Amino acid sequence: MSRLDLPQSRDALIDRNRPLSFTFDGRPYTGFAGDTLASALMANGVQLVGRSFKYHRPRGIFSAGSEEPNALVTLRSGARAEPNTRATMVELFEGLEASSQNHLGGVRHDLMAVNDLAAPFLSAGFYYKTFMWPRAFWEKLYEPAIRRAAGLGKLSMEADPDSYDRGYLHPDLLVIGAGAAGLMAALTAARAGAEVVLADEDARMGGRLLAEGGLLDGAPATDWVAQVLAELAALPNVRLMPRTTVFGVYDHGIYGAVERVSDHLATPGEQVRQTLWRITAKRAIMATGATERHIPFADNDRPGVLLSGSLRAYANRWGVTPQARATDPVLIFTNNDDGHRTAQSLLARGVSLAGVVDSRSGARSLGDYTTHAGAVVTGTKGRHGLRRVQIRTADGSDSWISCGVLGVAGGWNPNVQLASHHRGRPVWDGERLTFLPGPDGPAGLIPAGAACGHGSTIAALADGRRAAQTALTQLDRTAAAPALPQAEEEPSAITALWHVPGQRRAWVDLQNDVTVKDIKLSHQENMRSVEHMKRWTTLGMATDQGKTSNVTALAVMAELTGNGIARTGTTIFRPPYTPVALSVLGGGDTGANFRPRRLTPTHHWAEANGATFVEVGQWMRAQWYAQPGETHWRQSVDREARAVRAAVGLCDVTTLGKIDVQGPDAGTFLDRIYANTISTLKPGRVRYGLMLREDGFLYDDGTCACLGDGHYVVTTTTGNAGLVFQRMEFARQCLWPELDVTLISTTDAWAQIAVAGPKSRALLERVVDGFDLSNDVFPFMACAELTVCGGLPARLFRISFSGEVAYELAVPARYGHALMERLMERGADLGVTPYGTEALAVLRIEKGHAAGAELNGQTTAAMLGLGRMVSAKKDAIGAVMSRREGLADDSRRLVGLQPVDPGQKLPAGAHLFAEGAAQALATDEGWITSACYSPHVESYIALGFLEKGDQRLGEVIRCANPLEGQDISARVVPAHFVDPEGGRLRD
Amino acid sequence: MLIPHPLLGLRDAQEFTYLGDAALLNRPDPAAGEAGFADYVYLRDNPAGVHRELWFHEQGDRSWLVVTRNTLTHEILGAELARDVKLGGTA
Repeated sequence: MSRLDLPQSRDALIDRNRPLSFTFDGRPYTGFAGDTLASALMANGVQLVGRSFKYHRPRGIFSAGSEEPNALVTLRSGARAEPNTRATMVELFEGLEASSQNHLGGVRHDLMAVNDLAAPFLSAGFYYKTFMWPRAFWEKLYEPAIRRAAGLGKLSMEADPDSYDRGYLHPDLLVIGAGAAGLMAALTAARAGAEVVLADEDARMGGRLLAEGGLLDGAPATDWVAQVLAELAALPNVRLMPRTTVFGVYDHGIYGAVERVSDHLATPGEQVRQTLWRITAKRAIMATGATERHIPFADNDRPGVLLSGSLRAYANRWGVTPQARATDPVLIFTNNDDGHRTAQSLLARGVSLAGVVDSRSGARSLGDYTTHAGAVVTGTKGRHGLRRVQIRTADGSDSWISCGVLGVAGGWNPNVQLASHHRGRPVWDGERLTFLPGPDGPAGLIPAGAACGHGSTIAALADGRRAAQTALTQLDRTAAAPALPQAEEEPSAITALWHVPGQRRAWVDLQNDVTVKDIKLSHQENMRSVEHMKRWTTLGMATDQGKTSNVTALAVMAELTGNGIARTGTTIFRPPYTPVALSVLGGGDTGANFRPRRLTPTHHWAEANGATFVEVGQWMRAQWYAQPGETHWRQSVDREARAVRAAVGLCDVTTLGKIDVQGPDAGTFLDRIYANTISTLKPGRVRYGLMLREDGFLYDDGTCACLGDGHYVVTTTTGNAGLVFQRMEFARQCLWPELDVTLISTTDAWAQIAVAGPKSRALLERVVDGFDLSNDVFPFMACAELTVCGGLPARLFRISFSGEVAYELAVPARYGHALMERLMERGADLGVTPYGTEALAVLRIEKGHAAGAELNGQTTAAMLGLGRMVSAKKDAIGAVMSRREGLADDSRRLVGLQPVDPGQKLPAGAHLFAEGAAQALATDEGWITSACYSPHVESYIALGFLEKGDQRLGEVIRCANPLEGQDISARVVPAHFVDPEGGRLRD
Repeated sequence: MLIPHPLLGLRDAQEFTYLGDAALLNRPDPAAGEAGFADYVYLRDNPAGVHRELWFHEQGDRSWLVVTRNTLTHEILGAELARDVKLGGTA
């Protein structure tokens, strides 16, 4: 309706040959390629686009960029619905669906608009003042009601169907913003051969040059932009990144950026939706431009009131003006020359002007239109869109002017946010009436152009070149100075006018519905710091972070305190500059990709053999192997555990950490790592070892095998593999660097399979190459290097976790799968059975072996009954502290527990109490660490730590789990339910 | 953050894991007994300003480094191999 008809030579940056259809609140409309949702809505005469946050006032599009406070829409539908999307930043695509937010019923007849009548109760700090009583009502009544009434858009509550990526760049120079300053900076640096990344949040690079409609070198500025971009695009040392918002500055020249890779398409297709970039730049130029501010006056929030510079941008770049009816004239309200430039642009494009209201007494027109010098706007009318504007002229008389649009020009605020991300404070420039980036900004970040007060085109171009030359000099590069294109002077001549005083509400922060009155009230209520005012009024919060309101609010506050703006200061700016979706911060690390998944060498074999898997750290381990007919996991686990006790079982134990320790001082080193002595271990032998933390508690356990003089293989628990290795490196480099020893992790290098059960030796004899496995030659705790299956190098350890005769056989990882198949095939007649971690746990609980649940960081060697393993003859990590009173006096001991009623399950985590004792913290005597059903005992069994447990065998105690109201009688028994003498594993 | 690895040059802090105060290099002699170890294990300075601290290049060459960092500005003032620091006798 309001698309301007222009000669082709001066046409807007839209493609009139590519119409695009879209819907807003279900109604069909048409726009053109190159439109944003905002410009397309304007072209269709849609003024009312949403309702305000608190009062549900009708609102329209207020800006043309990322600062938009009002035009928040829900984009798309279904799982892809994205609430709170700024219509000003959405590129139009075919089939786009958008809907307005924050209303009950239609946007035109929002039932929640009654909130506006309740405005006196919703003033500054109303959260803190109202709804205080009765206290219990807050959670149940007040908060849910407020959340329903005052809110933004709603989430779809469906899983995000799109994928995300992350990337890393390391340029010499990052140029943030591709307006006049940014383009000139990038061009200067690129011609000097520097690696340059040029990022801009807009889909189209050029910044305000696309919006001003001005001339450079006598031709449209857009020609110069196109020519510079073409040159940059052709250079191999330049990366152009449109649709990329640099949202945060981090330490040491690291910048966070989001590239909206496919948000401009209906669906991403094969592409990711967005990419999170981590840009490590030697230098960066902050050419982020400036954001126009408005001038609050009575009822200034109606649809049709918008920023004057944005009005100019819509006319020049998109060829639209935001009237509901094309014939409605446009009025401008300004305190500086910039408002007149909008008037000129509009006249040049044939828009009907109602004049310019200029607060400066000596103001003169720059063209053929009426200027009301020394006048201010004092009121507006129009329920769903602007109809009339009231002005008070220099002589004090009031009059009404009919118009459909009012552009407000209050001066420009440099976008200093990034320069303040390291707590750098912007400084007030009393002449330009703006905050400028302070001297204490992030190291290596150089502000340029409008972002540091050089806002006119000619000044921005020169300043961009200056900034690039500064950066290059700092990087020891020399740069020729490219010629600057010729541009006109654009004076500002601003005089201060921060708001128009009046009785009616004048909005400062449109997004949070904060008025001048709210700021006054907050001041009256003694909120004297800007930070307090911000929180009391909520000014500057939510998606726009006060881009159009902060400085104005500070000025109002300064007026109230009489402190002046410089002393009032700003609130702290923090990342992100504009909203960033959590999905892209995750960078695709969701679901199965949340973290790396490590597969054992027998994973695919296990998969093919019915395994159910469990995550153990990053590893996927077979938990049990269901056989046909087994319907409950217990059936599988009981069968597997029985098979190990009766015949032979196979379990992949590759995931246990393996650390190869070599060197002349390896034995001495291990003596200091382990609480017990290792250096006396002879080649061909294995020893169980305990590691302590330096504070004396148990840390980890495992075996240490001596393969030869000065060559050991240490095993760790699966979960601690990385941490133990890190600790051993710490000991080697930081504590005892004088020892000649080296470490390497070989966890992934060897596939290791436990072969356990009375028939394990018989099975292994069928795969080893002439190796004597007899008990005399290769007894319990022996180890050897050998070959298997006709020449495959292997390591064999005779160690047992189950209490049966058992071995662990290691082969190079890539042979793990084949070895598993070979063992299964050769052992078929022996009843060989693969078993998973669940049966492994049953077997070790039956045998009373400690595992993670017993080594939980709160237990000591003595509690496991292994106190004597902590050698007093040597220094080792944790040895000294393990002897301190608090630990040495702990008399809880590991015991077995068996329910008096064998059918009753003992819950792990239950606390232990003496029979008949009151159950309270003071009478707590320990806890159950591990529990399972034991097919061997034919009862549920458990392990636990019990006060003086070693002296209470046979006693019946209570196992209490008050969370589930359980209180079970159990008998204290030895922790070894199987073969307490250990004869079987030595057989 | 970027850490200037003495062998590998500037590396991203994401490659490292952090341990804390480099005073952990000064493990007491066992003769120092419980009192000496209690200080070593539990007590750390937490300065606002220059701090020497241990970083482990876990996703790299597994070097333990002593990094000197200003905790107020995150400026890195230097990085040495912990091994060299220890052998040099100062931490």
